[in-house]
Amino acid sequence: MGYYNRHLLVLLFLIGNSLWAKTITVCPDCKVKSIKEGIGIASDYDTLLIKKGTYKEFNLLVDKPMTLLGENFPVIDGEDRGEIIRVVSDNVTIDGLFIINVGTSYTTDYAAIRVVKSENFLIQNVVLEKLFFGIYLEKSNHGKVYHNKIVGDAVDEYNSGNGIQLWYSHHVEVDRNIVQGVRDGIYLEFSDHITINDNESTNNLRYGLHFMFSDDDVYTNNTFEKNGAGVAVMFSKRIRMVGNTFRQNWGTAAFGMLLKEINDAEIIGNTFEENTIGINIEGSNRITYRNNDFINNGWAVKVLGACYTNSFEHNNFLYNSFDISYNSKLNDNKFENNYWSNYTGYDLDKDGIGDVPYRPVKLFSYIVNRTPETIVLLRSLFMDIIDFSEKVSPVFTPDNLLDTLPLMKKAE
Amino acid sequence: MLKILKYSFYDLMRSRWSYVYFLFYLALGFVLLFLNQDLSKAVITLMNVIIVLVPLISTIFGVMYFYNSKEFTELLLAQPLKRTSIFLGQYLGVAGSLTLSLVLGLGIPFVLYGLFRSDAIWDFSLLLVTGAFLTMIFTALAFNIALSNENKIKGFGYAVLMWLFLAVIYDGLFLLSLIIFEEYPLDSFSLAATTFNPIDLSRTLILLKLDISALLGYTGAVFKSYFGTNLGLFVSLGMLVLWTILPVWRLAYKSKRKDF
Amino acid sequence: MIEIENLHKKFGKNQVLSHLDLHINEGGIFAVLGPNGSGKTTLIKSILGMVVPNKGNLTVLGASVRKNWKYRQEIDYLPQIANFPGNLKVRELIRMIKDLRQKPSREQELITLFGLEPFLDKKLATLSGGTKQKVNIVLTFMFDSPLIILDEPTTGLDPASLIKLKELILQEKGKGKTILITTHIMQFVEEMADKIVYLLEGNIYFKGTIDELMAKTEQSDFEHAIAAISTHTTNA
Repeated sequence: MGYYNRHLLVLLFLIGNSLWAKTITVCPDCKVKSIKEGIGIASDYDTLLIKKGTYKEFNLLVDKPMTLLGENFPVIDGEDRGEIIRVVSDNVTIDGLFIINVGTSYTTDYAAIRVVKSENFLIQNVVLEKLFFGIYLEKSNHGKVYHNKIVGDAVDEYNSGNGIQLWYSHHVEVDRNIVQGVRDGIYLEFSDHITINDNESTNNLRYGLHFMFSDDDVYTNNTFEKNGAGVAVMFSKRIRMVGNTFRQNWGTAAFGMLLKEINDAEIIGNTFEENTIGINIEGSNRITYRNNDFINNGWAVKVLGACYTNSFEHNNFLYNSFDISYNSKLNDNKFENNYWSNYTGYDLDKDGIGDVPYRPVKLFSYIVNRTPETIVLLRSLFMDIIDFSEKVSPVFTPDNLLDTLPLMKKAE
Repeated sequence: MLKILKYSFYDLMRSRWSYVYFLFYLALGFVLLFLNQDLSKAVITLMNVIIVLVPLISTIFGVMYFYNSKEFTELLLAQPLKRTSIFLGQYLGVAGSLTLSLVLGLGIPFVLYGLFRSDAIWDFSLLLVTGAFLTMIFTALAFNIALSNENKIKGFGYAVLMWLFLAVIYDGLFLLSLIIFEEYPLDSFSLAATTFNPIDLSRTLILLKLDISALLGYTGAVFKSYFGTNLGLFVSLGMLVLWTILPVWRLAYKSKRKDF
Repeated sequence: MIEIENLHKKFGKNQVLSHLDLHINEGGIFAVLGPNGSGKTTLIKSILGMVVPNKGNLTVLGASVRKNWKYRQEIDYLPQIANFPGNLKVRELIRMIKDLRQKPSREQELITLFGLEPFLDKKLATLSGGTKQKVNIVLTFMFDSPLIILDEPTTGLDPASLIKLKELILQEKGKGKTILITTHIMQFVEEMADKIVYLLEGNIYFKGTIDELMAKTEQSDFEHAIAAISTHTTNA
């Protein structure tokens, strides 16, 4: 609440300011020919209107509250010489620029736009191409990264950077961005109270979204598709993940989502489709999985190591090669009222709930964990027979791992 | 040959068994769709049916037809006809009518339930193509067994054993060997082993469609290029063609040398 | 018409034909006789190409039988057990055989002769043995081929049909055709055959007319003469 109020104040302040703030026009034929020059002569709260054209500039330092506004996407070409824009002042807006050729370095994380220790920033409608790091927020709070398009051409992880990176930054909104072809689409480290909505992070080398040591964050309605390894959420607490789509993350260590040392999270209404592993869970506790759809994944949920008191309710498990895989005989997680397309039971009392419990862990998933080559025997009659006998009397799989109340129809 | 094919086919089209087979598939298709109302799920269930039942039915039907048409065959042998034409004609007649029963029996209910408007159409078509291949292969194998065994009971026995071996026992041995030798790199071996069994080959083809997400999770580079590119598809289809041609070729070869 | 030289055939360990030489001229009725297992059927099937000989030459109408099938265009064959594909109707079977051979045929005449009209639209599986044999006869005689081979033609026939069959055979003989018959009915042989080919243990034991046979065995009765051959050989 306070957060929004503060925003409103900032906005009013800006509008008020604009009454006496002036606009400086920059264009190749104008009096002010370069952006650097423009920034230099601008006063606080001025707007630098950058007209269409190509500006070969880098190391632009924005050290006063002001607006950099591009008209018809002027191009700022860094010619691979280093960082392009560095913001070190509060209340800076960057809008409508096309930035290309950020310098690549093995020692310095050059970014197209870096915000350092500043507040109330707004970066929007910016297009970044041929970049190293895209938008880098460093110890900067209460800002917004909105509707930007970041298109990288990363080939190797060691010499590529992240699209949007947040480091020790809190209360930031990252909305409606499109990030592709970088190392990590969106990367968060030590950043709390972040909201990430409606972004599209696709075809990135490593993760579409990557959390490390960041708590109380929310991400909703994002799409993560065809990323090298999917989305990784690690060492973080109280994350809410709602309505996101994780699709076609294929490969040996690929998953829709990786949860590692995550506690007290909520995963609701997400869609995991055609991933090698839908969700890979390691050492994560007290997580609620509700109303998610797991469709056509290799493994819908793979549980490794100790995971306690998680609950899976009202999820749809549709046509996955394996629904749940465990690597131990212990189970402390609850599965209830899920819909399993592999369920073959019946519902004689017509209450919409199957009369026989469903066992989501197959013996074959154990065998595949042990000897991965056996995957080629998937769906063979022999395996069906073996799975059936395990179902009748569990020897290798946790015998209390069952959905005692499986739904007969898909959960809405 | 075409004439024989025509008459065998004609003969089969009026035989009760073709209809039983056709109606079986028709009923299966309708029941599956009626119970599920979901094309994707029905396709998965159908896969199991196709991999297990199609070979069994083709085997039994093939052996049965061969023994039952012994007199007809002898009648034809005395006619001015090439031997290979007679046998290949009969083979194609049986395999063709079985395939037709399969395709129509399953196709009609699925089309009525809106297959053309569904994205399951490719999975379904692949299923039918695989089913057709399995029919051709197992009918040919059955004909070979029947041709080599005068004794009906023995022929039936061998045919059913062959089915049992390829459908179940082979995979059991396969799994066992994978587990015993798990210390060694096994990806090439496991891929090769699938190609020596037409049922496994067909399964691979279907896995490529239904379970590609899981298949791509395995580390081996050979696996990756096999399943990740079109290589797996082409190799499997090629091997299926080979599996069809070889028994048919042996049928033609043996039939030329057999006494009646 | 048929030249056989040094024909050998073995089924497993069982030597059925060995060193068999046979020369059959054009024209006339030849009865191929012999005890059970003497190789009659094997000989006929060798001529038809259904049995592949181990050794020896076999030419029919000047063409070698081996790996050849076109010569069968000139042969009409009546198989021993007429078990036809049961799902076909009589009419369809006749049409099919005609279709396969692509020769002028006179099935209508024969159908009338044997009174088969009521059965034309019945499935073969529903016919009695005798009727099936009549269908079999129609199928054999409806074409005009120079060589006719009949394997037990009398099986299941009623006396009236038997007479008609005999007339038919004589008619064909009259056209100068060569007719090979195997049968166990000696009376039929005596009545019909011009020459007898007697097979024993895979070889031709005797070939000649009935009179020659009777002279050789010093019997006045044909049936006794045949019996005499058997006993003679078993004694020898």
